[in-house]
Amino acid sequence: MSTRSPVPQVTSHPARPRPAAPQPTGHGVQLAEISQAGDRTFRFLAGGSGVLIIALVAFVGIFLLALALPSLLQDRDNFLFSRSWTVVGDELRFGIAGLLWTTVLSSVVAMIIAVPVAIGVALFLTQYLPRRFSGPLSFVIDLLAAVPSIIFGLWGLTVLGPFLRPVGLWVSGHLGFIPLFRAEIDPSSSVFVASVVLAIMILPIITAISRDVFTQTPRDQIEAALALGATRWEVIRSAVLPYGRSGVVSASMLGLGRALGETVAVLIILSQAAPGSAFTPSIFAGGETFASKIANNASEFDTPSKTGAFIAAGLVLFVVTFVVNALARIVATRGTARS
Amino acid sequence: MAKRIDVSNVDIYYGAFHAVQDVSMTVEPRTVTAFIGPSGCGKSTLLRTLNRMHEVIPGAHVKGRVQLDGTDLYGAGVDPVAVRRVVGMVFQRPNPFPSMSIYDNVAAGLRLNGVKNKGVLNEAVERSLVAANLWNEVKDRLGKAGIGLSGGQQQRLCIARAIAVEPQVLLMDEPCSALDPISTLAIEDLIGELKEQFTVVIVTHNMQQAARVSDQTAFFNLAAQGKPGKLIEIGSTETIFSNPTQKATEDYITGRFG
Repeated sequence: MSTRSPVPQVTSHPARPRPAAPQPTGHGVQLAEISQAGDRTFRFLAGGSGVLIIALVAFVGIFLLALALPSLLQDRDNFLFSRSWTVVGDELRFGIAGLLWTTVLSSVVAMIIAVPVAIGVALFLTQYLPRRFSGPLSFVIDLLAAVPSIIFGLWGLTVLGPFLRPVGLWVSGHLGFIPLFRAEIDPSSSVFVASVVLAIMILPIITAISRDVFTQTPRDQIEAALALGATRWEVIRSAVLPYGRSGVVSASMLGLGRALGETVAVLIILSQAAPGSAFTPSIFAGGETFASKIANNASEFDTPSKTGAFIAAGLVLFVVTFVVNALARIVATRGTARS
Repeated sequence: MAKRIDVSNVDIYYGAFHAVQDVSMTVEPRTVTAFIGPSGCGKSTLLRTLNRMHEVIPGAHVKGRVQLDGTDLYGAGVDPVAVRRVVGMVFQRPNPFPSMSIYDNVAAGLRLNGVKNKGVLNEAVERSLVAANLWNEVKDRLGKAGIGLSGGQQQRLCIARAIAVEPQVLLMDEPCSALDPISTLAIEDLIGELKEQFTVVIVTHNMQQAARVSDQTAFFNLAAQGKPGKLIEIGSTETIFSNPTQKATEDYITGRFG
């Protein structure tokens, strides 16, 4: 302790003239309320935006239901299990079984093709390729997402369809005993080709999100695996994939949502089945999805009952995408809750 | 199981940056060697060259020789993956695999080595957790997630994971810096037990810790920020802490800088 200790200075402090207190109470400490106008405004804006989104979704649902209900009540067929579609005249006979099958089949096949490829590309970009190459390649993949769906449709119809024709013939020739692969029409305009085009269309979104998730794998997780003597693939398996799992599921579901709702490309490629033809589960058949059926007929909505029938189909698509998203959330959260 | 490490004339670079300059040292089997020194002096970098973990950073390369019982870790045809299976590592922050249970975390290294036999795995998991002083705390919940444990338990889990594959050497990079004093004490006690089986090299910022756990201490320093780190002095921990030959070592240990 030296003589220059700060202690004497502190004790001398009260001797100084104290500044006049602005208020008689307390010792000059102001504890008056601070304006919370900014807080309140922001809370209102944020809350309002949230309510608006919920209201919009609810409104769309109610709109679909309200317009579809009268036609549904007049429907003489089972709406869920019938494949007929008679919506003109006095007697309405329509059901969505065929549409639902084609929609789900084309989207699921697209997912089966796209998800593994997207994960592979994302892993290649983030784990194998040096950064200076992965940047430009990512950019090209993002560009793929910007191609309008009509272009994919035209390309699928004129180039990919004929190109995949031998593949389709070969598969249906060898596996045709399985109903799923039975040859029904010329394979160049079948669900199979539509699925491949859908796969290409949803590839960029799944790749982009998976890539972002994989790059965020914590460094210490990667090092933990490396320090145990893991090879690059083992690092991916034990650190990168578990970390990215829920993100990849979400990405896939976004892709599935797009595939389910895709309209123009499917409409162009897929040849419609003849009215009254027997049901076939094959991927080498034609058909219509919810979206392509509605788009195909939208110019002829002349009576409310006819319009209502199509809107009812749209309502099912709406519900299907809802269910898909809900399932994705359950899968994604279960993945994180387990850990 | 423990092996001797010979580091001779090692220079470490990150691209053009010269991180560590001309280090030579010997680490005897079944001893604990502590690396101390101010931040940026290259002690963690040197530690990571002992199992070639620094190579994860692009542009990192090493000149000189690092030998494990006479085998050059940087020789032609040496696979860094194989090196890391022999030289284990524990990190600053506990990093159990979040998607794995306690059991699976400990078994992870063995499974990488292709061990599938349930009995062998069970035996190794129990032995490693016992050796890491964690068995009694977790034996009833081996199926629970590893990240559900406390920080100190997680770090002991990581030690169990590292020793499950029976490495020759165990590297520890500030293993207690994210832990509370009681967990730190548990880890320090554990290090004392581990050296009966393994050669241990530990980086620490805590000089009391270095004094408590190590047999040999190496002091690193750097002339200025951006200059390469150098090994200033290495010797028995007792000598370094009571009678260092270098002024810089004495200044650092007595807390006059760093």
